[in-house]
Amino acid sequence: MSSQAFTHSAFNRQLKKYYGLYTGGFIGFVVLLAIAEQMGLSRQWIGYWFLFATIGLYAGIGIMSRTAEVAEYYVAGRRVPAFFNGMATGADWMSAASFIAMAGGLFLGGFDGLAWVMGWTGGYCLVALFLAPYLRKFGQFTIPDFLAERYGGNIVRTIGILSAITCSFVYVVAQIYGVGLITSRFTGLEFGIGVFVGLAGILVCSMLGGMKAVTWTQVAQYIILIIAYLTPVVWLGMKHTGVPVPQFAYGYTLQKVGELEKKINADPKELEVRKLRTERGAAAAAGLKEPDKAFAAGKGALEKSVADARAANDAAKLAASEKALAAYPKDVDAAKKMWTADRAQAVRSAAVTPHAQPFPGKDQAAQDRARLNFIGIVFCMMFGTAALPHILMRYYTTPSVQQARVSVFWSLFFIFLLYFTAPTLAVLSKFEMYSNLVGSSFAALPAWATNWAKVDPTLLSIRDINGDGIVQWAEVVIGGDLIVLSTPEIAGLPYVVSGLVAAGGLAAALSTADGLLLTIANALSHDLYYKMIDPTASTTKRVTISKVLLVVVAITAAWVTSHKPGDILFLVGAAFSLAASAFFPPLVMGVFWKRANKWGAIIGMVAGLGICIYYMMRTYPFFTNMGVPKMELWFGLNPVSAGMFGLPVGVVTIWLVSLLTSPPPKAVQDLVEHVRYPHLKGDSVVSEAR
Amino acid sequence: MELTAKHQEYWRKNLLITAVLLAVWFVVTFLEAWFARELNAITFLGFPLGFYMSAQGSLAIYVIIIGVYAWYMTGLDKEFGVDEGDLE
Repeated sequence: MSSQAFTHSAFNRQLKKYYGLYTGGFIGFVVLLAIAEQMGLSRQWIGYWFLFATIGLYAGIGIMSRTAEVAEYYVAGRRVPAFFNGMATGADWMSAASFIAMAGGLFLGGFDGLAWVMGWTGGYCLVALFLAPYLRKFGQFTIPDFLAERYGGNIVRTIGILSAITCSFVYVVAQIYGVGLITSRFTGLEFGIGVFVGLAGILVCSMLGGMKAVTWTQVAQYIILIIAYLTPVVWLGMKHTGVPVPQFAYGYTLQKVGELEKKINADPKELEVRKLRTERGAAAAAGLKEPDKAFAAGKGALEKSVADARAANDAAKLAASEKALAAYPKDVDAAKKMWTADRAQAVRSAAVTPHAQPFPGKDQAAQDRARLNFIGIVFCMMFGTAALPHILMRYYTTPSVQQARVSVFWSLFFIFLLYFTAPTLAVLSKFEMYSNLVGSSFAALPAWATNWAKVDPTLLSIRDINGDGIVQWAEVVIGGDLIVLSTPEIAGLPYVVSGLVAAGGLAAALSTADGLLLTIANALSHDLYYKMIDPTASTTKRVTISKVLLVVVAITAAWVTSHKPGDILFLVGAAFSLAASAFFPPLVMGVFWKRANKWGAIIGMVAGLGICIYYMMRTYPFFTNMGVPKMELWFGLNPVSAGMFGLPVGVVTIWLVSLLTSPPPKAVQDLVEHVRYPHLKGDSVVSEAR
Repeated sequence: MELTAKHQEYWRKNLLITAVLLAVWFVVTFLEAWFARELNAITFLGFPLGFYMSAQGSLAIYVIIIGVYAWYMTGLDKEFGVDEGDLE
């Protein structure tokens, strides 16, 4: 034992040294680019440098960690220290959605957006208390492994494989989408090419070295993403709160935001714009009903006013009405586009909801429904977190049970650093916009606003609706992703920091995609091929098959992504609900209730998943529009929270069916005892299994 | 192997700490969210309390819950002789 203890601590020291040097090197790289920017390096080249340097770095780590050994490939040799596994889990966990979209969601949604923040952190309590130490003691390679061993038989394993693949695949599509978006935005490459550049980075890394390479790359990616997220927020925070940790001081900024919200809601100019918004929305809705007729009528009216002005010889009126006619859409299709935008933007006619106010709604019933849906999202995201295979798999890689427990602590600590910063950023940028954008004149908009409105109108569009030349809040339409992307410019930082933020977003998306692709490929190669089809396969063959499958899955996912499938946020949410319904009950009951047996698990998983899928199919517009008969929401709970029904149904079914059938065999009950104790005399065989 | 009374005791203690920490988790998650409107009437560090908890307070408590569990169980493992030796 003592020699092993020495190697572990020496390894840990060595890692700390390497990653310390790496962090210093990365900061040096950013500083060098900043100097180059002052000397005239163009923005596009800064983008290229960040893109190719970081992807090259990840590929380099992948090549250095290449392996063909089974334990190295599947679980990184089970020697990842708790601290580093925590960082790797943080990167594995935080996706493009956390990095780019979350602060925007909080900006737009106010308090109600916090359901995601709570759900995506609190779930780690369940991982720590119910799963990580026990899975580590069990010490195999995948999550279906545990289910199959605990409940016996290939039916459970098959359901496990199917569920693992379904939720991971849905999730990975969202990540690859994020990779394409970031790459194309910051380098000007086309979306499709961006997807494949990113994919190359993912593949070089995970294909050569499996879990080993993914682990050490994810640690590197975590360091980049956290530096990239915190730098601009700290800077902006200094500007508004005067302290370098705005996370603790933004309460007073929030109060100021509240005062500005009151001012905006009382401003007569704002009311005027809102009224115009409502009118335009109604006109647009009418226009969209009969586009041809409405287009002809609108054009006719303008032509008539031009003719009238000409007849009356009124030069001023003539110029104005000619301008209006020129601005009118050229054909019916253009008119439809304008009406669709007007109709969508009519929501901006609503009064501003105070940022910190929970569960807004027009009456008590609507408010209570908002509260229930808040709870529903928290519930599903938490239990989904504790059931997503790509996260649970990470706890197989620590050297011991004790290290697995500590590692969950570090995981959540590193995730917390970003998640408690996102609400800060949302409040700081709201304050910035209320105080510096609202009330400025259209002739002299802040520079960042002019830039972003030019770059991408879906992120920021400002139209002078009431024609007074002054910006009213109701005239501003913001896309959520703007918040993180524009922070460096709002804070007055050089462009190199914008490039850094892009590199951080890319790291977040790539690291999560790595973990997910590995999960899918392992479910196919280890669980399906090795355990069910050819148990005599040699280790080389197993690893080779896994690598081939990884490429196939990655290309399939990229192909699906390039078709830009619909609502990505729903897909991500659905993946959590599905995981919570399918995996959480059998995993936890498998450890804490010896009596849970094979049939309980099979029927319970099918019932939980079934209810979850049934509810989504019958209530989510995507499916009901395809002809699935629509039904009323149960208790007004949105389809994304279907896991709130699936999970309890799963638990009750496992319980009932297990009691109605015979108890599991002695060997299984011994296995349960085995996983409950970090070390029993004479075991250590299974947990060290290669 | 046969489990001794000492092993049973270890498991009971594990269940107890798990239940206690889970109760804390439940309070700062679901009770807190349910009563967020009422909590917002209280001001804490300049924040309305309900907002503060959901944005920061509950998150910090989650980190502490996991830290306490890891620390307590490391001790319990040693006390009951089921620890894995020094693997740091």
